[in-house]
Order: sequence, then C-alpha cells, then structure tokens
Amino acid sequence: MKKNSSVVVDLLLLLLAITVLATPAFSDLVLSKVERRIDVTSQIARVTKTLKVVNSGSESVSEFTLTFPKFLGNNLAYLSVSHSEGKGKAKRSLANLSVKEAHPKGMPDSISFYSVSLPKPLSKGDTLTLEVVAAFTNVLQPFPEKITQRDIHLVMLQESAQYLSPYVVESQSLSIKLPNARIESYSKLENTKVQGSEIKYGPYKNLAQYSYAPIVVHFESKAAFAVAEKLVREIEVSHWGNVQVTEHYNLVHRGAQLKGEFSRLEYQDRPNPQGVSAFRHLLARLPPRAHSIYYRDDIGNISTSQMQSDSKKTELLIEPRFPLFGGWKTFFTIGYGLPLSDFLFASEGKRFLDISFGSPMIDLVTEKLIVQVVLPEGSKDISVTTPFAVKQSHEIKYSHLDIAGRPVVVLEKNNVVPDHNQKIQVYYKFSNINLLSEPLMLITGFFVLFITCIIYTRADFSISKSSAAYLAKLQWDEVLATLQEVQNIIQKCLAAHDKLEASLRDLSRTGDIQTCKAARKSTDSLLKDLSKELRPLLASLQSFPSASQISPKVEELVAKERELQEKLMAKHTTVVEGYEKKSSGRDIENRIASQQQKIIALRQEVDDLLEFIDEI
Amino acid sequence: MAAVESLPPGTPSAMRNAFGTVLSALILVLIGVLAFSIRLFSVIKYESVIHEFDPYFNYRVTQFLSKNGIYEFWNWFDDRTWYPLGRVIGGTVYPGLTLTAGTIWWVLNSINIPLSVETVCVFTAPVFSAFASWATYLLTKEVKGSGAGLAAAALLAMVPSYISRSVAGSYDNEAVAIFALIFTFYLYIKTLNTGSLFYATLNAIAYFYMVCSWGGYTFIINLIPMHVLLCIVTGRYSPRLYIAYAPLVVLGTLLAALVPVVGFNAVLTSEHFASFLVFIIIHVVALVYYIKGILTPKMFKVAVTLVVSIGLVVCLIVVAVLVALVASSPTGGWSGRSLSLLDPTYASKYIPIIASVSEHQPPTWPSYFMDINVLAFLVPAGIIACFSPLSDASSFVVLYIVMSVYFSGVMVRLMLVLAPAACIMSGIALSQAFDVFTGSIKYQLSSKSKDNAEDNTSTKNAPKDDASSGKTDKGEEVSKERSSKKGKKKEREPAEKLSVKSKIVKKKALVLPLEASIVALLLLIMLGAFYVIHCVWAAAEAYSAPSIVLTSQSHDGLHVFDDFRESYAWLSHNTDVDDKVASWWDYGYQTTAMANRTVIVDNNTWNNTHIATVGTAMSSPEKAAWEIFNSLDVKYVLVVFGGVIGYPSDDINKFLWMVRIGGGEFPHIKEADYLRDGQYRIDSEATPTMLNCLMYKLCYYRFVETDGKGYDRVRRTEIGKKYFKLTHFEEVFTSHHWMVRIYKLKPQKNRIRGRVKKLKQKTSSGVSSKSVKKNPWM
Repeated sequence: MKKNSSVVVDLLLLLLAITVLATPAFSDLVLSKVERRIDVTSQIARVTKTLKVVNSGSESVSEFTLTFPKFLGNNLAYLSVSHSEGKGKAKRSLANLSVKEAHPKGMPDSISFYSVSLPKPLSKGDTLTLEVVAAFTNVLQPFPEKITQRDIHLVMLQESAQYLSPYVVESQSLSIKLPNARIESYSKLENTKVQGSEIKYGPYKNLAQYSYAPIVVHFESKAAFAVAEKLVREIEVSHWGNVQVTEHYNLVHRGAQLKGEFSRLEYQDRPNPQGVSAFRHLLARLPPRAHSIYYRDDIGNISTSQMQSDSKKTELLIEPRFPLFGGWKTFFTIGYGLPLSDFLFASEGKRFLDISFGSPMIDLVTEKLIVQVVLPEGSKDISVTTPFAVKQSHEIKYSHLDIAGRPVVVLEKNNVVPDHNQKIQVYYKFSNINLLSEPLMLITGFFVLFITCIIYTRADFSISKSSAAYLAKLQWDEVLATLQEVQNIIQKCLAAHDKLEASLRDLSRTGDIQTCKAARKSTDSLLKDLSKELRPLLASLQSFPSASQISPKVEELVAKERELQEKLMAKHTTVVEGYEKKSSGRDIENRIASQQQKIIALRQEVDDLLEFIDEI
Repeated sequence: MAAVESLPPGTPSAMRNAFGTVLSALILVLIGVLAFSIRLFSVIKYESVIHEFDPYFNYRVTQFLSKNGIYEFWNWFDDRTWYPLGRVIGGTVYPGLTLTAGTIWWVLNSINIPLSVETVCVFTAPVFSAFASWATYLLTKEVKGSGAGLAAAALLAMVPSYISRSVAGSYDNEAVAIFALIFTFYLYIKTLNTGSLFYATLNAIAYFYMVCSWGGYTFIINLIPMHVLLCIVTGRYSPRLYIAYAPLVVLGTLLAALVPVVGFNAVLTSEHFASFLVFIIIHVVALVYYIKGILTPKMFKVAVTLVVSIGLVVCLIVVAVLVALVASSPTGGWSGRSLSLLDPTYASKYIPIIASVSEHQPPTWPSYFMDINVLAFLVPAGIIACFSPLSDASSFVVLYIVMSVYFSGVMVRLMLVLAPAACIMSGIALSQAFDVFTGSIKYQLSSKSKDNAEDNTSTKNAPKDDASSGKTDKGEEVSKERSSKKGKKKEREPAEKLSVKSKIVKKKALVLPLEASIVALLLLIMLGAFYVIHCVWAAAEAYSAPSIVLTSQSHDGLHVFDDFRESYAWLSHNTDVDDKVASWWDYGYQTTAMANRTVIVDNNTWNNTHIATVGTAMSSPEKAAWEIFNSLDVKYVLVVFGGVIGYPSDDINKFLWMVRIGGGEFPHIKEADYLRDGQYRIDSEATPTMLNCLMYKLCYYRFVETDGKGYDRVRRTEIGKKYFKLTHFEEVFTSHHWMVRIYKLKPQKNRIRGRVKKLKQKTSSGVSSKSVKKNPWM
C-alpha cells in the first residue's frame, strides 16, 4: 500500500504542477489527432502512439517534445519514435528519429521530457505523423501486494485518460488491452467503453496543454512477471567455427508476493491446480542451428527443459527447479553454441560479429544486462556499434592456453526489455595465422617433453663421476654386457651343435657322407671362430672384481660347452666312420650310445648354467 | 633402463628388452585409461556432479581453499555448521584430498586451463585410481615380477570395491588414500629390496601423504611393524629391514604430527604404539647382530645374559608406562572406530552413532562377491604362489591380505583396503597360472612337432608358438600381462627351444598335458572375462548413482527425481543467508554445500550431544520440538520423506536411530515408547508417542490428501494418524515428488495477559519444571 499511496501523491503533485504552469512554452504545434494503445498483456506496458502533428505557428519547428508523467518516465525502458508519410494504405514508416532526454527550464519535476529532432523542420501548416513506441517496466503494480497461493494475481495500471502533452490536442483516444476479460475495477470517465478485454477511453476533443485525467485499471494478469535482476551474457567467438553463448540469470518473480504456506498438494491438485500466480516455465527463442544447449545452475544440471527446433528458430522451454511464486528467486545458466558462419561477416578488411543484444527469453525484463563479447586472442582495432546507448568497457580474459589473453568488450545496460533485442556489431581485425598458435604451442610442448625424456634416458646425470657406487654400477653394466655376449656365443655354439646333429640325421636317411662331411667342416670352422671370440670376453670378465662370483660359473659353462663340443665331434666322427665302413645302423647306435648319454647330460648342465646366467 | 641401454645395440636381446619395456609401458598407459574411463559411467549416465554426502563437504572445503588460499584454510573456523558451536575445519579435517584437488586446480588455472573447482573435484577420484593401479603394478612387480604386476594393475583398475568409492564425482578421502596406501607399501617393499635410504625417505613422505589423506593410515603404521616383527621372528633380519623401518618410524611420526588433525595423537594414542614397540625391538636386534659380529661366541654369551637382564627391566618399565597411559584415558587410548575394529560388537554396544552408519556395519557374504568377485577365488592361489619362494616382499603381501581380510570382516568400509591386497594376490595367481599353462603348451607343442618332423623343429616351432600366444591374447583383459611376459620370455625362448629335450627331466613336475592346459587356459580366460563383465556392470549400474539425483525406468520412459537439489536451490535463493536449517545429520553437508545455509548438525558427527538434541527434537511432540529448535535459533526444519514415490532411505526409516541417539543423552526419550511390541510401525497400530512426534507430523502433514487413504509406499501401509494440523510449524516448501519437505517455525504468538497468568498457575503446579528438563537447551 505504501507504494500505491506514494503514486497517488505523485499524481496530486502532478496535477498541482500542471495548474501552476502558466506560460505555454511549446505552443506552436498542435496535435490534431492522438491515438494511444496500451498493451498490458505481459508484465511490460507497451504504449504505441500515433501523433498527427500540425504546425499552426508561423515559424518552422525542428524539435518535438514528448512528455510522460514522471512515475512513468522513470520506468521508461524503451522509446523509439519514427515518422511516417503518406496516408492510408500508402503509409510507410521511415527511419527512427533521434530522441534524447530534455530538461527544459521552468518545468515541474513531475514530468519527464524527451525531445525528438524531426527529420526536416516542419514549416507552417505542414503536418507530420509520428509513431511512438514506448515500453515501461514496473508500472503494473500488484495489488494486493501479498497474496496466498490460492488467490488470483491482480495488478493495477495507472495512466491518464487524456494525453499529457505540452501541445494542444484536438482529438485523442486511448485503448488499453488487458490479458483477459476479468477486470476488477476501472476508472469510469465519460466515453468509457469495455469491449471484452479492452477498455476504451475517448475520443476527447480539444484538450488544453497538460491536460490530465488520472485513471486506474485493476485487472487479473496471468503473465509471468519474470525479471532478471542481473543477466550476464558471455559471447565467445572461436574462429574454429563456434560462437559460444553463456547466459547467467538471476531471476525473480516480481508479481505479488506469496503469503503464508506453499502447499505442494494444492499446487499439484489435478482438476483445479492452485497457485496460478507462480510461473512454471520460460520460453527462450534461440537462433536457428543452436547446438549443445545446456541448462544448469551452480549445483548441477537441471533436467526440466524441452527443446524444439526447426530451420527458423530453436525453442527452448525451461522450467526452473521449483515453481516461482511472487518474490521467489532463482539462479540458472543456459549455454549454447552457434555456427560461426551465421554471425561473423567480413567488411573492408575487418571482421564483424552481428549478434543480438538482449536475452532470448520471451517477455523477460532485465534490470541489469552485461554483455561480454570475448574475441579471439590477437584481435585488434575493436569497435562496437549499437542501435542504442550502452556503457562500454574493455577487459582481458584468460582462457584455454592463452598467453596474451583475449580482448573482451563489455557492454552494460540497465532496464532492458525485449524491444532491445536488436543486433549489435562488434568490429575487429584478426589474422588467420593466430589460429595456429595454440596447436603449435601444444605440439611444441609435447615435442619438448619427448626430447627431454630421450635426453634424460640417454644422458648420465650422476653428480660424482668418481664415486665408488657409480664406478661399480658402470662396471656392472659392462659385466652384464659381456655376459650377454658370452651367452650369445654359447647359443651360437649350441645352434652349431644342433646343425651337426641334423646333418647326422640326414646322413642316416640319405647316406650322403659327403654333405655330412661338408657340414662338419663348416661347423668346425664356425666353432673355432666362436671360441676365438669367446677368449677375450672371458679374459675381460675375469678382470672385473664385481664379476668374481659369476666368472667361475661362466668358465664352467665354457668348459662344459667345450666338452660337449668334443663329445659331439667324437660322436660325429664315429657315425661318419661307421657309415664309411658301411656298418649297420644298429652297430653305430650301439657304439655311440654311451656318447649320446654323456652328450645329453652335458647339454643338460649347459642349459642349467645358461639359465642361471640368464637370471643374473 | 640403464641396463638395457648399456647393452650393445642391435643384439636381439636388447631389442627384446626395449620392446618389452615399451610394451609394458603401453599396457600401463592403457590400464590407466581403463581405470579412468570405467569410472566415467556416472558422468555419462547422470552428469558431472559431486556425489552423496561427504564429497559435498570436501567440495566445499576445496572451494574455500581455492578462494582463500592455504593459510586461511588452516585457520578456517566454519560458523555455518554445528550452530552455535561451529567447527574448526582446518584442524579437524584430513587435508590430503582437498590440498591435492586444490593444487591440481591451481596448476591448471595458472597455465590458463580454466576448469572449475567442481570439475577438478569430480575427476580427482578417477585420475587417482589410475595412479593407484600404477602403484599396484610397482608393488606387485617388486613382489613377483612385472607380469604379475601388470595383471594386478589391470585387476585393480576395475575392482568393484574400489570403483564404489572412486567413480567420477565421488570426491572422498578414500579416492586418493588408496593410491597413497599402495604407494607407501610399494616404497616400503622397494626399500626392503634395495636397502636404499633414498627410497626410505620417499617412503616416509608417501606415508605423510597417506596421513594427510585418510584416517586409515593407522593400518599402515600397524601393518608395517607387524611385518617387521614377523621378519625378525622368522630370522629374516637384515640391514635392509632396518633401513626400511627405522627411518619410516622416525620421519613418518614427525611428519604425521605436522598434520593438525593428527598432531600429538601420533605419539599419544594406542594405534601408534605398536610401531614404537617394534622400533625398540628392531634396535635391540640390530645391536645384537652387531655385537655378535664383533665378539667371540663366548663373550657373546656373557653379553647376552647381561643385556637380557637389563633389557627386561627396561621393557617392564616401558610397558608399565604404556599401560598407565592407556589406562588413564577413558576409552583406553583407542578411538571408537579403532575399538570397533578390534571388538566388532563394541560400537553397537556403546556408540549408536557409529553403528547407525551403514558403512560401519559388518559386510554380508554377497557383498564380498559383489565387491571383489572372482578375486575371492584367486586369492588362495596367490597366497600359495607367494610361498614359493617366500621372500621378504611376498611375506609382506601375505600379511597384508590376512590383516585386511580380518578388517573387512568388521566393517564394510574397509573392504576398500582388502581390494588392493586381493588384486595383488590374484594378479600373482593369474600370472603364475598363465606362466605354467602357456609354458607347458609351448613345451608340448614343440615336443610334438619334434616327434612329427624332426628335421625342421625350429622353423615349425615358431609359428605354433605364436599361435598359442595369439590364442591367449584373445582373452581380453586378463591375458594382457601375457604379452608383457612375452617380452621377458622371449629372452629365454632360444634357450628353451634348443634345450627342450633336456628339460624333460627337469621340468617334468611343472608340465601339464596339452589338452589340460589349453582347457585350463580357456577357463582362466573365461574367469577373467566374467570378472570384466561383472566390473563393468557394477561400475555402470551399481555404483555410479550420485544419490542426489535418482532415476527410475518405467514403461513411459526415464523418470528423474531431482528433489534434493530442487529444495536446496530453493533454500539457497529464497531464505535469508543467515537462517539456520535443522535436519538429521545426514543432510548437513549437503545443506551447507548446496544451499549455503547454517546447519545444526552434519555428517562430521563430532558432537554426540548436539546430534542427540536434534534427535530429541525430532522425536518430541510438536511443542517441545519447537522449543528445542527455537532455542537453537532454527528457522527451518528439513525432512526427507519417501512415502510418495517409495524412496526407502528417508527420515522415517532412520527415525529409530534418532530416537536411540537422542535417548542416549536425554533419557526421557525411550525407544520402547516408539515401538509396539518391539516392532517399528507407523500404521494405526503405532504408539501414540510415535504418531505425535515431530518427525511423523512433518513427514505426513497433509499426506492423506494426496490419495485419500494415506498409503505409504515405503512402509507399504496406510499411515496411522491421517488428519492433523500443525500449530507451531508451517509448510514453506515441498519438492516435486514430496521427497524433501521444509517447514518454518512459526513465530511465537503475542502473549495475552490472561494466558500468561494461566501459564504461571500451571508452572506452580510443577509442569514446567518437567518441560525444562525435556529441553536440554534451556
């Protein structure tokens, strides 16, 4: 009630001020016809006016003054004035005219003035039609201010039935479009008509300057009074093909506040759900081809959202975690990616991002909107063009693998309504070579890592090269290397033995003594070579003190191997001789049987030794 | 590596060695990837979010750390919990996990990788489970070679028991502590094997990290002394043992005392005494060995008698001091949790608050099968393998498994300690089994081909060998270690090929028939495959639910129950920032972390009286409860109620614990009053005390109007008292599925003169003195 009474006081003051006004300051112009339409189907009061201006004075006029009562003027979120030429069907509206706030002297404080500069001076007797679109926030006052869950949501609109103007108005009419036909009360003046959900005042003829006739309309509104107390939109441009938009909403329901209990039972009551004053969902109309959409808050994903998309738009229906009653608040984030090619264009050697300024939510009022356009690292010569005035500043943001940081253009505007959803352009210069810097950095990073690994494993980083432990380690490495060689040689010897055995088997099958002898000869020479190779290795092994435990084993191995070799040779000789003498197979078998046993035993020993050495 | 490098390049053996190293490195990387990715089911099926209860606290602490820095963290007095007492977070929290995640976050952000604290926290556990499987590789490698190591690492990467505590989002101490535990054991074994002081120092540092991370560090500081003692008793004392143990005790205790939550407990509580006792013993033994070395046998005998007599006296004194110390503290110097470890019935007898936590209950047999699956069958084989031959290292893992089996039998939670031991044992068992089977297949094949065509043995052998190994390679995970084994085996292959005949004699005992070994191999592979399937199932279905979001699959699609976050979000945006919210302690951490509201009690459970007060309030009638809550400055009361959708772990089901804990401190709350003939029920048979207590009323307020009957889907019964009004509380929020209901305390009514007088009259009749007694806060 407090707020309401203050508004009433305002009105009284205003009336007082108007009567006090003596000198007609703007009297040269006459408004021959004024049509006003106020649309209050949403939480925003959208006023459309058509003004027919006639210059009745003698001098040409280049400025036109618009006035609003202060309590409306303070809540003015959006104002655009355009003029149209021609009549009837041929009417076409032309460019917007520039509007700025004016503070003419000697005028009361209870009126807000806006001066419009006309496209060309209006000379005597000329007429001009102006189209004014104004959007007001916070002018629909919930009344009563606190309701229970079961009550319907009633709001109140205050206006003037007569058009407040510094000019004489010859004829004016007002129509107020309400969301539905349920009207609690409205001010009844002369010429008041109610048609369904529309209230019409007027027409009123020949009104003096600053005529004022306060009216109040009290009606039901089911619209969502969703207000974003603060909205941060971050638009990040990646030249890899994506524009990432992230929007953080601090949302509040600015309708009548909830009084008393919230009963889920009544809220969910199927046949007649109560709590209609709460809004369950919001609709966001995203650009077409929006992808990877998410909806979450600071404690995780919110699973209540639906998406529909076609070639013209993407519609995202989001439901807050809980139904929002009057006065309740919530916070959430939505994010989506957009294809770069739809938003980034080039002109005159510069690139520019052409993207809408406001929130994609329908019928959302934003009290404080911060748009941050993050450009790629290395962008230069940044400039912004906006269709309306915004506060600009620049920041640097460090993101993935940045060194210099990304330039950020920060745009701030208060009291933003959907009418502000116009395109803004951010111009900047960016060379494509910068794109490669981050991949190259990664490649270099890994390259350096691998090189370091290679160097680390190859190089010797011991601090003291003369310490005993270090020398011992070096020596041990050498011992191991030598052992490995010895092993290899023994393996080769054993392989040679096998070959010899194989030749014997061949002999038993084919009886070809010559090939067998040839095999013997080659094996002989091979073994001789091998034993020559073995000698220096053994000597060096003995010279190492750390190999003292191993060298006897190795020597044993070599000895055994030699013995094995001799036995094998003997066997070979016996068999070959046997064949030369053409003695029977059995005879030969008998003769080599004892040798064979020894060979097997020796082979076993050699294998054991090899295994032992292998395990070192 | 050095040994490999120093070999003359080009020799086949060197090549094979290098190949083996690279191959096992590759396998280890793959195991790491496996360990990480198997834990991502929770992110894929649900979302990247912190799970359950304790992780929310850790997350909140990490947020604080990353915002305010380390010094602020140590000095953090949290006034948003345990109102009005508050809690000294810096001094009562194991900081390891928080510092780890905080450091990771800081490093990533300082190289401009802007990950949120939440993301880092969510993925800390999977990253550390990869580390844990690498640590397992190292430990098992020290015990039984790299083949067993790889097998154990692969098993640990997906053991369900560990997965249950380390899925993405399960940001709890255990996630890093298991890595720390295994790594500490590895460094201990490494020191034991090398006798290097370098590793001993690292060991102390790893132990320090473990102390920072988890209260389970007492397991280490008791297990290692036990092993040392075992080694001494079995005559395995060596200087290496001394190097492995003495620095650990000295450095480790000093470092442990640096952690605020441990502090002087590191020398004062009984959990640590075993290590000091063994520390003394090992010095005595070391001295004896030294003296034995410098004295003649005769002199030595004289010295022994001298030392033993003096030593006995000293020991007696020490023991007396210890006993006195222990006896002077009320619980005998043992903390409640440790005591319930030694005496499994201790908690249920004396501390209901420990007993009320489901993870402190003894496990059931199915939970063993669920959590370690086929490992339970492989462990005995692994133990046997450890005894042939028994080394210092293998005796340690045997001791480890024995102890952890005992502890896991006491508390479900400690199944987590058993899991690595079981993996190590099973890894050893699998690796040995594969060794034997593939070895005998190889032998059988080569001997057969020798019989068939004796002339070209070697040429024919090779492909067949490859075929046999190729067969085993098909066996998915388990046979992984085979391939690395190959690297090592290949060195021996030429020798084996050439000496096959001679081996008949020697290896006869180990050679199995071809068919038997092939069948056994296939069975082993099947066992492994079964394990893999079970683990993936467990990771995907059983352990990945975040428990703050519930889902249910019905015929018309997936239902998501996101009620907890709904109501926490409501609290956080629509109540005053300093309002106090009372709920049962289970929801304390979540309320402070998600709703950022002050709570009365939380999951820390450090103050039993405070919890009992809340329990008393919940089990009192409305008026008395209002008074208790009002005296605690509570503005909102939060209850969790599953009756509408059938969510079983709600407050009505936990209610008996509230009664028990409340009754433990305030005797006017009697459990018997809430039970009808020993049965807990809420239907028309329930006792009037039950039907009039606050918890019942808050849960079932206007519940009957949902379906007209008041049918509770959890208890499967109609509720006893259907229509009632709340006089001192008002409903302010109920979530979509009624799971969370929040009530506001109504302000006190203005006093009317006449009523005050009436009240005064009543006071004189002695009613109010009773009510004073009932309310512990007045």
